[in-house]
Amino acid sequence: MLILIKFLRDVPAVLGAVIVLSVAALAVVAPLVASPEAVFDGNLLERLQPPSSVHLFGTDNLGRDICARVMVGSRGALLVALSVVVLAVAIGVPAGLYAGYTTSWGSELVMRITDVFLAVPQLILALAIAQLIGKGLESAMVALGLTYWPFFCRTVYAETRRVRSTLFVDALEGIGASRSRILMVHVLPNVASPVIVRATIGMGFTILTTAVLGFLGIGATPPMPDWGLAIAESREYLPDSWWAVTFPGLAILATVLGFNLLGDGLRDLVDPRLRRSR
Amino acid sequence: MGRFILRRMLFVVPSLLGLLVLTFVMLRVLPNDPSAALAGENATPAQIAAVRTAYGFDQPIWKQFAVYLKQVVHADLGTSIVTGRPVVADIALRLPATIELTFCALLFASAMGIPIGTLAAVWHNSVFDHAMRIVTVGGLAIAAFWFAIILQLVFSMSLDWLPLRGRISVGMPEPAPVTRLLLVDSLLAGRLGVFRDALLHLVMPALTLSLGGLASIARFTRAGVLDTLQKDFVGYAEAAGYRRSRIIWVYVLRNSVVAATTQIGLLFGALISSAVAVESIFDWPGIGSYAVKAILTSDYKAILAVTLVVGVIYAIVNIVVDIVHALLDPRVAESL
Repeated sequence: MLILIKFLRDVPAVLGAVIVLSVAALAVVAPLVASPEAVFDGNLLERLQPPSSVHLFGTDNLGRDICARVMVGSRGALLVALSVVVLAVAIGVPAGLYAGYTTSWGSELVMRITDVFLAVPQLILALAIAQLIGKGLESAMVALGLTYWPFFCRTVYAETRRVRSTLFVDALEGIGASRSRILMVHVLPNVASPVIVRATIGMGFTILTTAVLGFLGIGATPPMPDWGLAIAESREYLPDSWWAVTFPGLAILATVLGFNLLGDGLRDLVDPRLRRSR
Repeated sequence: MGRFILRRMLFVVPSLLGLLVLTFVMLRVLPNDPSAALAGENATPAQIAAVRTAYGFDQPIWKQFAVYLKQVVHADLGTSIVTGRPVVADIALRLPATIELTFCALLFASAMGIPIGTLAAVWHNSVFDHAMRIVTVGGLAIAAFWFAIILQLVFSMSLDWLPLRGRISVGMPEPAPVTRLLLVDSLLAGRLGVFRDALLHLVMPALTLSLGGLASIARFTRAGVLDTLQKDFVGYAEAAGYRRSRIIWVYVLRNSVVAATTQIGLLFGALISSAVAVESIFDWPGIGSYAVKAILTSDYKAILAVTLVVGVIYAIVNIVVDIVHALLDPRVAESL
């Protein structure tokens, strides 16, 4: 309870939580509000209309309603980011637990592989891997997940090392608890909070990266209502149709901002060392 | 100090070697038929067979890796299927543009981020601090490619203050290539008109690129200054009657920023990543836009070469940053 009160006092974090919840709610109701005609078919007679009461954000070059497309686009953005983060957690957390708890050559190998992945900026490596497994959104998702897990691995490794040297783990080993029991029941809950913080910020980060891939034409393909792709498609109609570029970008900004503010707030909550500085 | 530099350099050898293995695996092992991947999408079976023997894909895998290592050591990363030139030559030609851009972005980010972070720490929990928190978190949340387009929309398309794209105006004679950094070359040639033109072209890409870095620098400067403010020597300096501004901007800042320099190495990775999209938008002839073109044309050798080169530069930057850090703070060199 105390922790909830503390969280609610942190205005930016609450703002972040509100944004994230709103975007999630929007993603759920979007198909009910926005008709497939407005999102995919459009009306060529109404192409490139400025924002009005009928088309709140205006229309794009094919006469599709931008407001409807931005709303439906939130589904894709959240789904992709969630899949990427889940994939990265699914690889990174077990790898980090293993490498942090054991001191075999396998542990050394895992950490050296992590080093290699961190030796190149994530986007560059993801581009190369996406290229390898083919174009399209699925391969972009796999590429992002395969390049993001080392960040989780590092975090979990450091935390596991810390927990491993504590007295209660020694005691558990002493009374004969199995290694898997110690890891799953005792170590995992202790490393969970930094992972949750990383995953929250990672959601925002991945939405941003996916948008870049969509914009470059490597991720989502037309006619998907992807935010990054929409910006790329509308770019040639500048400067006259500024709305077609502006609103998808604002949607990215708001969503990522929400996840970052929330992640920041969560970090302050779970890391007492940082709490002092505020 | 020499020992520190040597040890620091030895540190990166395993990860660079690992990177070589990774690119090798991606180049030769993972594709179902690497010969087909290398020959390109529209290759005939005869061409694929020619590639297979030319690259020795019929050889055992460890032999192939040895050949690959030898090629890398000789800076032979293959020929681009698009430009028809060695990818190393392509990258060497484009690298200075990216270096110029990222360096200016980093400079701007530091020049703005450090004072902002310091002020936010000095006035922490004030309105300024809260506003800065939202702005810096926002800076990390903004899509660089979108921000670039909005800048283009406002400052070149609407106001016509800045050039829309490119590195230099069409028709403007380029200065003799000495460093291939246009700002430096134009000054060396004493051509102020070219310098001004290049600078104007640089403003928007550098500003876009610096945004994320600015936010990060402001954030870690703030954390560092807050930490240092609680040290005993600050209380001593106050008791000794130094002016507050001198304490903060000289003693506190020096002690906090030194520790933060290591972050700049990490920032460089983020800068290179956003440079990929930003360079494409501004038609900046660097390796970021080269990488995008390589991907869109399935130019497999080019994209892996970019990966390798960026990895090496990243390692060099981090070594340099650590050396600078050790020079500024000798305790670091001793601890390694």
